[in-house]
Amino acid sequence: MMKTRSRAVAGVAGCLVAAALVASGCGSSGSSSNAPGVTKTSVLIGSHQPLTGPAAPGYSEIAPAAKAFFQYLNAQGGVNGRKINLIYKDDGYNPTKTVTVVKQLVLQNKVFAIWGGLGTPTHTKVVGFLNSSRVPDLFVSSGCPCWDNGSKQPYTFGWQPNYTIEGKILGQYIKQNFAGKKVGVFYQDDDFGQGGLAGLKQQLGSQIVSAQPYQPTVTNVAPQITAIQKSGAQVLVDFTIPAFTALERLTSFKLGYKPQLVVSNVGIDPTTVGGLLKAFSKGKANTALIEGAITDAYLPSPTDTSNGWIQLFKKIHDKYDAKAPFDGNVEYGMASAYTFAQALKNAGKSLTRQDLVDAVEKGGFTGPGLVPFRYSKTEHGGFGGGAIAQIKNGQIVVTGKPLVTDPGTGPITPSTMKPANPGDNGIVKP
Amino acid sequence: MSTMGTKTPAQPAATELAASPPKAPDKRRALRLPQQTLARNLLLAAIFGVILYLLSESFSSFNNLRLATIAYYFTALAGLTVLTGLNGQISLGHGALMAVGAYATAILVGRTGLPLGAALVAATAITAVVGIAVGAAASRLRGPYLAGATLAFAIGLPGLADKYPSAFGGENGLSVNPPTPPASLGLDFPLERWEAWIACLCALIVFVILANLLRSRVGRAFRAVRDDEVAAQLAGLNVARIQVLAFVVSAACAGLGGGALVVVTQLAAPGAFDLSLSLALLTGIVLGGLGSLGGALWGALALVYLPQWSDDIAHSLSLSNNVQSNLPLALYGIVLIVVIVAAPRGIQGALHGLTRITRTRLRNNPATPNEEGA
Repeated sequence: MMKTRSRAVAGVAGCLVAAALVASGCGSSGSSSNAPGVTKTSVLIGSHQPLTGPAAPGYSEIAPAAKAFFQYLNAQGGVNGRKINLIYKDDGYNPTKTVTVVKQLVLQNKVFAIWGGLGTPTHTKVVGFLNSSRVPDLFVSSGCPCWDNGSKQPYTFGWQPNYTIEGKILGQYIKQNFAGKKVGVFYQDDDFGQGGLAGLKQQLGSQIVSAQPYQPTVTNVAPQITAIQKSGAQVLVDFTIPAFTALERLTSFKLGYKPQLVVSNVGIDPTTVGGLLKAFSKGKANTALIEGAITDAYLPSPTDTSNGWIQLFKKIHDKYDAKAPFDGNVEYGMASAYTFAQALKNAGKSLTRQDLVDAVEKGGFTGPGLVPFRYSKTEHGGFGGGAIAQIKNGQIVVTGKPLVTDPGTGPITPSTMKPANPGDNGIVKP
Repeated sequence: MSTMGTKTPAQPAATELAASPPKAPDKRRALRLPQQTLARNLLLAAIFGVILYLLSESFSSFNNLRLATIAYYFTALAGLTVLTGLNGQISLGHGALMAVGAYATAILVGRTGLPLGAALVAATAITAVVGIAVGAAASRLRGPYLAGATLAFAIGLPGLADKYPSAFGGENGLSVNPPTPPASLGLDFPLERWEAWIACLCALIVFVILANLLRSRVGRAFRAVRDDEVAAQLAGLNVARIQVLAFVVSAACAGLGGGALVVVTQLAAPGAFDLSLSLALLTGIVLGGLGSLGGALWGALALVYLPQWSDDIAHSLSLSNNVQSNLPLALYGIVLIVVIVAAPRGIQGALHGLTRITRTRLRNNPATPNEEGA
């Protein structure tokens, strides 16, 4: 008897301690503005990023690069007198962790908005939460067509071209330049890969003889590559994250399979894939395995030092983010951060969450992009196209003219946009 | 609810054992709980329920989310501590059993549109059935072999989601809609509080059932088998059947915990049920104190707060990502070592020790007023 009683009361005590602990966790609030995370002099934004896990190689450079860009901006006085503070948390590309860290960012850190949450399988799990909590969810770092749904998800906006648009542009190029050749597709088994496959199918139809999915945690891709090889595909399209581009390349090499390679923009950054090839093969392989691969680009190549944007980003990189290599991921992070700063500026001095969303829907953004954005009340998509590019001497070289299209069955047309210069909007002084 | 460490059925002076924190003698009499097991446990559950209700009412959304997380961890840990602490079977596969409950809930709610309550009951039952299979195998294995078999289960089962992506959604997982709070609670009733209520209700139900079970014939049989299988057999107990039963009870709790996890995260994905979850659960019950439901509560608190603290430490020291991402595991290890060395019977065991010391002091000097600290 007595044992139970003492234990019972100890249990109650435990509960109280639990309460105290939980209560002690709800610390700082202290913003003077109405909107969460906004003060007269600062605005707090958050992000979830794969700093570890299968998508970390390459992609883990994006958020530090964006932070570096904001630091540069803050040193020049910020935006509308507010300094932008970015906190990004690791979710390991694990959807369950994404849910935890995003809820923590919104409910505990009380961020004003989410910037650049990375990943299709991850971010899809928090879109519902962010929209029902009315948190602006700007510029998801993923080209899933699912962000582009202004009526159901008024607070979510994509940034990079959606994968169906990419699939269409790559598919058209294959149709025109490899007519009659058999095409195999190796894709990630979620909205990312399936979106790309949908765009490819629209253009290529029965030219696709084999489409093989992979799960991002299963690193043996030999079954899929063998199946594609057996189907006789002469052109292989990868809708893959960098680690799986590298795995596909090494597996194909071992199998003696040498198709013309085509890779989605997100899976081909030469610095990242080259590094992975080296790591996976213990130094035996390098970018030679992706030489000649065809891809598409919507930003200037990071090795194009004649471009004003690249010069600016390189300068910021050298000052604030020098530990990372200057590659496509760093460029991506800074370019996306630039668009965010522009949206924040257009949202005005008395900042609310709705103001920010309205500013993006109003659109009119410029930047380093080769093609215009698709932002309006109904379109929440991001870049509306891209240009064909190729890996030459281990670098991305833009070879085609910028093209624009829609995620539906619309035609692919040349872009008429004039490229902008840094400093055009007065966001940054280069 | 007995502890493994307190092998003290013969301890005298039963009436004098008070509680931590100690109360004045009159108050102590007022605090006396009913002698009848069911009534006492129901009363305790009601007290806990009121405390949890008051907490959830005063909490911010984020703290309610934490409360919900603690509750679903407690649900699973309570089951595991019964299995390991009271029946002497070790399981490294409870993360996988949570996965069974989670996927069952997600499929039943998301695909068949079953009401959440019914889905949670069904998910518990389904996990219990899986528990029969695992338990039957487990009852033939001992020590490291049992650990190995359950470890294989923990690693292998989440792989099924990748193997059959059309049924289980692959790495992407299965999403479910958040539970809608009933309209009678008001239109702006926070979702997180509702989730906390659901998870806490699961935890309280498990508490009542287990607390009763452990003081019943079945609970005594569990302990008898743990202490000496041969003696238990000689006493007429069917050892294998009792071990399977313990596994089933434990699996059912894990299944309900997994279901509550889906309610809170709205997602069942393999990433949530990797090996580290199974190891964390085991760590939790050892940290908290094996074999007691109070220990399960401490364990649940540790599982929620340790990663948070390690995160804060890593951030404040601005460590590199590689160090940062491994710090929680290192911290688990360190805390586990410290607890095992300083308090081999876990937090709950250490508290008992403290209670005993204060009580002795108090008895020597009864006039000393003692403030209740929490």
